Amino acid sequence: MIEIRWHGRGGQGAKTAALLLADAAFEAGLYVQGFPEYGPERMGAPITAYNRLDGAPIRVHSNIYEPDMVVVVDETLIGPVDVTAGLKPGGRIAVNTNRPPEAVRDLFPGTGAEIYAVDAADISTRNLGRNLPNTPLLSVVARLTGIVEEKVFFAQMEAAFRHKFASKPEVIAGNMSALREAWFGAVLVNGDE
Amino acid sequence: MSKRDRMSGNEAIATAIRQIDPDVIAAFPITPSTEIPQYISGFKANGLISTEFIAVESEHSAMSACIGAAAAGVRAMTATSSAGMALMYELLYIAASDRLPIVLAAVNRALTGPININADHSDSMGARDSGWIQIYSENAQEAYDNMLMAHRIGEHADVMLPVMICQDGFITSHAIENILLEEDETARAFVGVYDPPHHILDPAEPAAVGPYSVSPYVMEMKRAQFEGMARAGGVILEVAADFEKTFGRRYGFFEEYRMEDAESAILIMSSAAGTAKDAVDRLRGKGVRAGLVKLRVFRPFPAAELAAALSGVKALAIMDRSDGFSGNGGPLGAEVRAALYGRADGIRTINLVYGLGGRDTRVEDFENIYAELEEMKDGPTDASPYCRHIGQRENTNKGTD
Repeated sequence: MIEIRWHGRGGQGAKTAALLLADAAFEAGLYVQGFPEYGPERMGAPITAYNRLDGAPIRVHSNIYEPDMVVVVDETLIGPVDVTAGLKPGGRIAVNTNRPPEAVRDLFPGTGAEIYAVDAADISTRNLGRNLPNTPLLSVVARLTGIVEEKVFFAQMEAAFRHKFASKPEVIAGNMSALREAWFGAVLVNGDE
Repeated sequence: MSKRDRMSGNEAIATAIRQIDPDVIAAFPITPSTEIPQYISGFKANGLISTEFIAVESEHSAMSACIGAAAAGVRAMTATSSAGMALMYELLYIAASDRLPIVLAAVNRALTGPININADHSDSMGARDSGWIQIYSENAQEAYDNMLMAHRIGEHADVMLPVMICQDGFITSHAIENILLEEDETARAFVGVYDPPHHILDPAEPAAVGPYSVSPYVMEMKRAQFEGMARAGGVILEVAADFEKTFGRRYGFFEEYRMEDAESAILIMSSAAGTAKDAVDRLRGKGVRAGLVKLRVFRPFPAAELAAALSGVKALAIMDRSDGFSGNGGPLGAEVRAALYGRADGIRTINLVYGLGGRDTRVEDFENIYAELEEMKDGPTDASPYCRHIGQRENTNKGTD
């Protein structure tokens, strides 16, 4: 089972990304869970969302405390929130940041995790005209999990966006180009891929 | 052919409702309700259902409208949650005593004080004496399946009682999980057509529903209602047997998980049962004879069957996701112990209140409970039964600094 924990702020789309990742994994034939942790819902408040992906049916209905991967949608959460709590040895971190690699490494001292940095804010702003970092991060996470091939993933997401944005189709192209740019857009800052 | 899909528990319930295409749905469309009425109004707007959808101004009105519709002989449904269900309580009793087989999709969430929107069973447990059949679901699949069975149970001529299909708020209602859906035609054929034996619009049979009843008649009515509930058990099993024959998924009053030779068992309802099953598997891997009973049907309460299923265990933890504040255990704790009394005496029991207001319950929490049961199982059988809460922080502030 792959367990993923998303850390974002209300309004950044961490929940949507987790649900879309569940969609992609489902289409790839897996058993999935995608769920947010509901607290006081307000823009900017720290929120957590979760994914479980497995080849066998998933019965557990609790939050994830020992994730294989942590996704940091907003780096200002590092510190106020213990985003790497319980991260498995050899686990992975995907973080939205524009810092240089050394500085990204310093954000997660002593975790022993593979750290992937992506400037999701920049990719989003250039492709969508808005800072919605969840779409680029979704692409990074989908690649890192290895659950789905690139082409299949893009086709699935295009279908999902057509459904989700049925009333505003003008945003589909921007979301798709953000996804494509981000697929190989993350840099492993502490090793060789 | 079942179709593999993935969706939230809310969407699963809404899908079942779309397939059933009931005559009337009356629901309060915003908080504390769920996405279920939202899905239904979408189906209606898109012409996928022929249902009359009434967006009422309160849950009290929602159930009132359902009562009126059901009295007129049509299939009526609603969906609610938490404080919304509490606002319905008065009408829940009326629906049951008028013998109207309304179906309610309940998403179990806490009742306020402090304000909280998350999962626990306080809302439907507050309706446990209202005369409704109550069926609880572990996941989206069970919520969907239970909804497909609900009408056939409630509308059965031997029963004629309303039915509540419950699932855990957020934990399954808002989580995306895999599900097998049945084809619309097959699902609809299974549910069947409702042909009420009596209704108030039949000119050949003038009748009153819910009139004032003087003392010389009330008890006869209540006794008849009791008998309907007593007969519901058999109908629930009949419908489950046909469901299994039709769709291949098996249901009973409860599910027994690795109970064959179990010495320590947990009795639990709804989503946390899945988490507890993972704990059972871990412990079985270590040679611990752990088992689990997941109660599906809470009303009518299958006392004799539960006692038979539990008779072989030495120690039992009864898990309550609400606190009845009786001082004598939660609702499940009290009823399960009453069911065991005289049928399966000598089982060491503890009653644990867990998961209030959405407090997360982990596999490790259940492992700890089984460890406690293992210590109890060969201990004295005459220890006083007790109830306590688990998973909360204790107040360690002994004074001011």
